[in-house]
Amino acid sequence: MQKLIVSGLIGAVFGLGIAISGMANPAKVLNFFDVAGSWDPSLIFVMGGALITTAIGYMVVFGARRKPVFDAEFHLPINKTVDARLLGGSALFGIGWGIAGFCPGGAIPALGFGGLHVLAFVGAMVIGIVLARTLDGLRHKPAKAF
Amino acid sequence: METEFTPWMSLAGGILIGLSAILLMMFNGRIAGMTGIVTGIIPPVSSDWAWRIAFLAGAVIGPVLFLAFGGTIPYAVPVSLPLLALGGLIVGVGVYYGAGCTSGHGVCGMARLSPRSIAATLTFMIFTGLTVYVVRHIAEI
Repeated sequence: MQKLIVSGLIGAVFGLGIAISGMANPAKVLNFFDVAGSWDPSLIFVMGGALITTAIGYMVVFGARRKPVFDAEFHLPINKTVDARLLGGSALFGIGWGIAGFCPGGAIPALGFGGLHVLAFVGAMVIGIVLARTLDGLRHKPAKAF
Repeated sequence: METEFTPWMSLAGGILIGLSAILLMMFNGRIAGMTGIVTGIIPPVSSDWAWRIAFLAGAVIGPVLFLAFGGTIPYAVPVSLPLLALGGLIVGVGVYYGAGCTSGHGVCGMARLSPRSIAATLTFMIFTGLTVYVVRHIAEI
């Protein structure tokens, strides 16, 4: 129960961060990428702030603790191979992000205030994940790659 | 559609995103990647689905509470519903094969200097930029 409450609070921090940063706002996200048009460089500050904070914090956590509070080990991806699957999937993700203006982490926190638009995106995204997983032969356990 | 340049709010939001990534690693030992967290609650669900639901519920409720206490969240969607659905479908397939998205690869993986995450992030940033250019300046949808 403790783990669930803490997970919910951490999720709330994530959602609040996404919402105030502008990552949940497709107009702003698309403008960040529209260097040739109505460019809005704000998202550099989101990525920079998140990245530097996380890099320092991870070093502190991994340096100070041998295991997480609620688990026996840190679950870190061990796959180091850069392959066509990774790059092809990432390229597709980029195309979809460029069309819709939502990425998964930007869309979920918008579900509470974003109306039909974000519902359409998230619904289709879930169908896309199910489709890809089915095509992948149902061989992979959920979240195995993460 | 113009949007206002908001370096301080965006930086504050970015730091909160980073803080949540640190806390999720410290408490649950997990990468704060939305792709991985969401995939784990789509049937067949992963065995540790409960914390994922709690995290996602928090991620939805956080901004709602912020609004309820008088905060403002600028939000505009200059994209039609069919294109949102098309984009969502492509994003779903892409993040499954790419094993992550902006939060998992772009923040958590890059922070660990993971070669896969660096390659993935460079790839999707380039393709997102190209797609926006094509949509807005060539196809002019």
